[in-house]
Amino acid sequence: MSSQDIPEKNLPAEQGHAHGAVGTVEGDPFADPGMPPHEHRIQDIDERAAKRSERVVALLFTVSMLATIGFIASYVAIPHDKSIYLFPLGHISAQNFALGVTLGVALFTIGAGAVHWARTLMSDVEIADERHAIEAPAEVSEKVKADFRLGAEESQLGRRKLIRNTMFGALALVPLSGVVLLRDLGPLPEEKLRHTIWRKGKLLVNMNTDEPLRPSDVAVGSLTFAKPEGLEEHDHDFQNEIAKAALMIVRLQPDDIKDKRELEWSHEGIVAYSKICTHVGCPISLYEQQTHHVLCPCHQSTFDLSDGARVIFGPAGHALPQLRIGVNDEGYLEALGDFEEPVGPAFWERG
Amino acid sequence: MSTSTTTDSRSRGKAPAGERIADWADGRLGIYSLAKANMRKIFPDHWSFMLGEICMYSFIIIILTGVYLTLFFHPSMNEVEYHGSYVPLQGQLMSEAFNSTLHISFEVRGGLLIRQIHHWAALIFIAGMFVHMMRVFFTGAFRKPREINWLFGFLLLVLGMFTGFTGYSLPDDLLSGTGVRFTQGAILSVPIVGTYISMFLFGGEFPGGDFVARFYSIHILLLPGIMLGLMVAHLILVFYHKHTQFAGPGKTNTNVVGMPLLPVYMAKAGGFFFLVFGVIALIAGIASINPIWALGPYRPDQVSTGAQPDWYMGFAEGLVRAMPGWEINFWGHTLVLGVFIPLVLFGLLLGVIAVYPFIESWVTGDKREHHILDRPRNAPTRTAFGVAWATAYLVGLLGGGNDIIATHFHMSLNAVTWFVRIAFFVGPVVAFIITKRICLGLQRRDKEKVLHGRESGIIKRLPHGEFIEVHEPLSQEQLHTLTAHEQYKPAEIGPTVDENGVERKVKRSEKLRAKLSESYYGEDSQIAKPTAEEYREITSGHGHH
Ligand code: HEM
Ligand code: FES
Repeated sequence: MSSQDIPEKNLPAEQGHAHGAVGTVEGDPFADPGMPPHEHRIQDIDERAAKRSERVVALLFTVSMLATIGFIASYVAIPHDKSIYLFPLGHISAQNFALGVTLGVALFTIGAGAVHWARTLMSDVEIADERHAIEAPAEVSEKVKADFRLGAEESQLGRRKLIRNTMFGALALVPLSGVVLLRDLGPLPEEKLRHTIWRKGKLLVNMNTDEPLRPSDVAVGSLTFAKPEGLEEHDHDFQNEIAKAALMIVRLQPDDIKDKRELEWSHEGIVAYSKICTHVGCPISLYEQQTHHVLCPCHQSTFDLSDGARVIFGPAGHALPQLRIGVNDEGYLEALGDFEEPVGPAFWERG
Repeated sequence: MSTSTTTDSRSRGKAPAGERIADWADGRLGIYSLAKANMRKIFPDHWSFMLGEICMYSFIIIILTGVYLTLFFHPSMNEVEYHGSYVPLQGQLMSEAFNSTLHISFEVRGGLLIRQIHHWAALIFIAGMFVHMMRVFFTGAFRKPREINWLFGFLLLVLGMFTGFTGYSLPDDLLSGTGVRFTQGAILSVPIVGTYISMFLFGGEFPGGDFVARFYSIHILLLPGIMLGLMVAHLILVFYHKHTQFAGPGKTNTNVVGMPLLPVYMAKAGGFFFLVFGVIALIAGIASINPIWALGPYRPDQVSTGAQPDWYMGFAEGLVRAMPGWEINFWGHTLVLGVFIPLVLFGLLLGVIAVYPFIESWVTGDKREHHILDRPRNAPTRTAFGVAWATAYLVGLLGGGNDIIATHFHMSLNAVTWFVRIAFFVGPVVAFIITKRICLGLQRRDKEKVLHGRESGIIKRLPHGEFIEVHEPLSQEQLHTLTAHEQYKPAEIGPTVDENGVERKVKRSEKLRAKLSESYYGEDSQIAKPTAEEYREITSGHGHH
């Protein structure tokens, strides 16, 4: 078959010769016709259109200048605590709004001007550039390899094994100093994750009122957050300690408590559990009175406080640790010891 | 001697100042040789090539605004009492970091704007990298010689995510602190070394007094420094390899068709920087982001509901939420699979991105350079794989907002979680199958178009009364464009008996490769493109109505 078989009208006028770049297979109907001829834009032909483009670009640049002046004026003139109401954004800072908009406009119009200029006035003739293979020609790569072999030989590295081995040894060891230096980034874990500051006799202090709790302060259906007596917000290690010691306290009907140990560790139906989720450590904050379920807002692990705080939903892997509580001589709730197991997320040494 | 005098007299004479400076610099830096190769370098034009530019520009914007923030931000966790102008927080204890962020937001004029530009630009930066990466993936631009640049891009994405994470942890507010706690909990789940890493990272127990300062140097120096290097290397390679282009008339694997760097590309790309910066500044002026004053300072025993990380971490969040709480206790140890598996999955899903180009080139066995882009439909298996990956990612992202979805659409959280669990496995498979079919359908349509022309929408009545739609034949340009792609043949295992009649062992990897190759390029995975013979037969016969 030859190109004669292709209907005349399907043949492009100057097949394959338009820009002469591409050789076509004889008669291939899918051959590359070469780059299409350049089409003129209105600005290329009509100077008035080109002038219009010029004015648009200049206008955009001028708007930018004005916006910059507006930016400086807003910076100086608008009080930084003034808030305005802007539908649908609501109340927003007037200064932030003015600065953002003026800066945005000042920048955007420069960009818009440049792009408009490029699209309408700069030459849009497409040009073809040649590519060259990335890899070096064979003789170059041969030369490089020969050079390398020569260099390697001259160094005698391959021949003098003793030098080579000791050098590798030295280079391998020297970074160790750097690793050793990292040792003081922090202490070893030891037993730190196993203990909190709860001790026998420490009172349960209401987080909100800062007063020690009495059993009568804990109503049925309410969720109370507590911290150990003596831990104050101003304390140096408050954050670290509260991250482990935070408690949540609820009162259940003793009959509703399904777990035997839970009942033993409670006082008149008042139970104290770690507030720190056993999943990855968010504080638990939501309590459902009817079901006695608490929910962690981070990943929705749900624990049943009437049944040993076991996990009934979500990604947490084990129950919340319970703190054993009682009442001291003066009638305040007190801890009867530390948690028996580590609080918070599980870890390798937890066991 | 004589030559130097003539040049001197020339430059002292009429040459404009700019040229004289350039001459001076050339004598010391050799800039003319550099400019010769690059000043009129050709860049092809396609909207999707701007995605990479968005990333580059937002990175520059981030650095500019970040440096400004360092002038006011105090990376310290020392406890102070708030006395600034935001009334609701007055008298509260907070870290200096949080205090100084409030100061930037309320007392430094324009400080809030710069903070918001920094944060918005960070979100756009990472979103831009994702989309840019998808462009490169679906068009096959990662093939030889660009695999290393793909890796650079991949590293930029991962480092960008970590830089973003360390950044939004800096203000030490309730939301970001919760995110840091999450990270610490996840670190604890790592077998054997978890507790040690946690202690070393936080300088002791969580939260300790060190992490803001440590994150700070990681955030403003270490990671951006590495990223700057990678980005420069990335761009040098783009220059060196020259840009890819889509098939079309006059475009071949050995040329690059487009417009020169000076002036068109420079004006467009330079202008585009201002467009991106302008849009981000506008967004930052209008839309508030991370209003830390509404959240309050971090306290490990407090939490805001609906805690959500920045979007690019939402996927990891989703994996963690959907995972059942498996924990295995043995010999006094705990394997926290419920947290550790999502952590590993997160790494694996990202890792797949890094190695994909090498897998594909192994399957094809193709060692040639590729500068002509694939249309996604012409690489159905790759495209389907990419969509499957994106589906898994989106399911994860969805899972990260399971509580929001549940409350918003009045569904049970349980149901949403189960949906995520199932969809994470089923979704990608379904997406794979559907995408492949769509690609094949589009290939068929292309073939149809090539052989029978384009439907013109004109209905004609034939003499014997039948109605037909007139098909217009395609132009030579279109014919070429639609048939320019190459089609691989599935790799075969080859003779299992060598020339001496001795049976050779077929390696497992060889079998696997043949299998994969079949699924990539077998009969069910591509529509054979029209041949010249088919075309001639049809067009010469009844082809033209
Ligand atoms: C390369 C990518 C970077 C990303 C993705 C990124 C992202 C972020 C984000 C999301 C924040 C939180 C802002 C907020 O409060 O809402 C932040 C804070 C900050 N970033 Fe960056 N950043 C990057 C690079 C840099 C660089 C290069 C610098 C400085 C040279 C810097 C300096 C800061 C400072 C000082 C803060 C804390 C101040 C504040 O939160 O108001 N960042 N960063
Ligand atoms: S931290 Fe509580 S569910 Fe994840």
